Amino acid sequence: MGAQTTKQYAPGTHPDLPPPVRTTGPIAWMRINLFSSPLNIALTIASVWILWSIVPGILDWVVFNAVWSATDRKDCWGQMAAARDGACWAFIRGSFKLFLYGWYPEDQRWRPNLCFVLFLVAVVGVLRENMPGKKYWLWYAVAFPFIAAWLLVGGFGLPPVSTNKFGGILLTVVIGVTGIAFSLPIGILLALGRRSNLPTLRTVCVVFIEFIRGVPLITLLFVASTMLTYFLPPGSTFDLLMRVLIMVTLFSSAYIAEVVRGGLQGLPSGQYEAANSLGLTYWRAHQLIILPQALKISIPGIVNTFIGLYKDSVLVLIIGMMDILGLGRARLNDADWLGLAPELYLFIALFFFICCFSMARYSLNLEKRLETEHRR
Amino acid sequence: MTPTRSETNNLLLRLWRNQESRAVIIQIVTMAVLFVFIALIARNIVINLAAVGKEFSFNFLMWPAAYDITFSPFIEYTNQSTHLRAATVGALNTLLVAFFGIILASILGFTLGILRLSSNWLVNRIAYVFLEFMRNVPVLIHILALYSLIVVLLPPAKKAINIGDGTFFLSNRGFYVPSPVFESGAGIVGVVLIIAIVCVILFKRWAKKVQNETGKIYPVFWISTAVIVGTTGIAFLATGMPLSWDMPVLKGFNFKGGMALKPEFLALWLALSYYTACFIAEIVRAGILAVSHGQTEAARAMGLRPNRTLQLIVIPQALRVIVPPLCSQYLNLTKNSSLAIAIGYMDITATLGGISLMQTGREMETMMIVMGFYLVISLTISAFMNWFNQRIKLTER
Repeated sequence: MGAQTTKQYAPGTHPDLPPPVRTTGPIAWMRINLFSSPLNIALTIASVWILWSIVPGILDWVVFNAVWSATDRKDCWGQMAAARDGACWAFIRGSFKLFLYGWYPEDQRWRPNLCFVLFLVAVVGVLRENMPGKKYWLWYAVAFPFIAAWLLVGGFGLPPVSTNKFGGILLTVVIGVTGIAFSLPIGILLALGRRSNLPTLRTVCVVFIEFIRGVPLITLLFVASTMLTYFLPPGSTFDLLMRVLIMVTLFSSAYIAEVVRGGLQGLPSGQYEAANSLGLTYWRAHQLIILPQALKISIPGIVNTFIGLYKDSVLVLIIGMMDILGLGRARLNDADWLGLAPELYLFIALFFFICCFSMARYSLNLEKRLETEHRR
Repeated sequence: MTPTRSETNNLLLRLWRNQESRAVIIQIVTMAVLFVFIALIARNIVINLAAVGKEFSFNFLMWPAAYDITFSPFIEYTNQSTHLRAATVGALNTLLVAFFGIILASILGFTLGILRLSSNWLVNRIAYVFLEFMRNVPVLIHILALYSLIVVLLPPAKKAINIGDGTFFLSNRGFYVPSPVFESGAGIVGVVLIIAIVCVILFKRWAKKVQNETGKIYPVFWISTAVIVGTTGIAFLATGMPLSWDMPVLKGFNFKGGMALKPEFLALWLALSYYTACFIAEIVRAGILAVSHGQTEAARAMGLRPNRTLQLIVIPQALRVIVPPLCSQYLNLTKNSSLAIAIGYMDITATLGGISLMQTGREMETMMIVMGFYLVISLTISAFMNWFNQRIKLTER
């Protein structure tokens, strides 16, 4: 060691050395994250090989070889080097209006558009932090489903539109948003009922929740489409969309109830006792003390249930409603666009991915934000 | 002046303000509302059924079903069979796809969960992108897309993709694999295998007892493997290898012989499996992360090797967190198998709840049976989960 030291420095005068290559910079990052052990080296090589063999093909098909405007599939494939060499997005483009609104009358389409804008306003108003006048935004969000229903269905001054004209993304979003908006309050009530100390009330809630959670949604939709008329007073008819909305709401409220029950059970009993000792009534205690904390704990579960509900809304295709998937499949039978299933499914998958992934990210964000408030 | 509480003479108001009597009142009102509701529905059902001239009975189950079921691997079925038999075929098909789905989903899910925990950045990211994309798309779209991929993109039977030199064939008619043919003597091998397994279980118990008492550790895994493989192998050779394979052979437009995994079954099985696996992966990951690092360090400090640490310390504690949500994922898979109806796989929803319902017009009865079937499965799996939870529960003082 000492033999190589040629120059002597007084303490504190040595110039700064560059950081060692082994611990900083991209090479060190790769050493730590990609090549830290023989197993990791093998895994990295295998991953690169998988990416190398899959990604270029997918990119070619989706983007580089894709055709964006054509009159039919023959035309589409004619524009490629070889048929089916790329995606024929012309198919989606040509049917885009149909996929968006279904058969909603052309001259009335400003109504769903307006609804969508109002919906965005409601979402931003409720979800954004530090919004001035939080209370009024909440009232607006509560009123929104009813305003939207009036706008979409009509009546009271607007020309009525039959609900069997609804279709595509419009129908998907209507089912999803209605289910989300109404299943939360019903679910909370069911959860409270299940934890009530009144035996009859508790039994009713337990039986309802366990029954709904025990059967697939599709059987409930069958009930809605074939059987529900038997339960109603003779001669009364009931809109199919309405029946489906009721079933979807009941279905997801049972799941919400279980999530909220988990949150309620997660609260230490001292909170209940403190609320009681302050002399608060049952409802005041829940409103001020219990539910704000319980709901905060159950946010991830609630959002997951909402995502599940939104994804489950495609099941209405099986009872013959034309949501985005049903409409798309109907278009696949069109002689001009026969056999373009991969394009269609990829498009719909992307639509759902964007909706659900953003919901999931928001919930993660919210969780983190609320967690910092708890930190001591 | 408003009357104070003690001055109130109104009996009802006083009853309402007493906690116990209020509880009674609320319950009576609940029961009354419920009874009125049920009575109204029952009355409506009776009137409505009478109006369309239907009766409520299950005798339709004995009528001939008069429709074909292409996939019935367990019991004989022709279109002359009864609706009851069609329902049984459907129920067995549901159980079949659920069973294999649960197995494949568990394997895939645990693998993906571990990949997601990998310290290798690239592997971690690939697993993350895959998981997020798959689980944010409805399972019905997975099923339909996979089905159309199999039917549209795979070649017809004549040009089937041949894997392993005439052993496996992949075509748009399904995946053809050789089927085992058991000859005389195969029963003896089976009996030997069962005896070997019983012996191994007894040996394991004994070894554990010895370890608890004396601390001596036997190489249980290697001895068990040797016993099972060895005895069964000897029996297999001694009885003259009573097992042959029936190979699929192309005859005309389709394959003869072998076993066929139909496209409907394949699509449903694979799509349900990888969709559920994405959720299982997240559960596994959360479960393993939930075991605090101190536990691993303590195990290392006691001198346990890494794989023993995993086996004795991490996995038992992680399982406690993993099992309850895992069971509900298994339940979800079973319930999602009802989407079979969208691609024509004949499960119970498609046979009894679909075609039988349409043919007989007995909406009420068929839906009751179908829902009852799923309820029984759900309650069984929940009961099993509770039992298992009790077993692995944290035993505190």
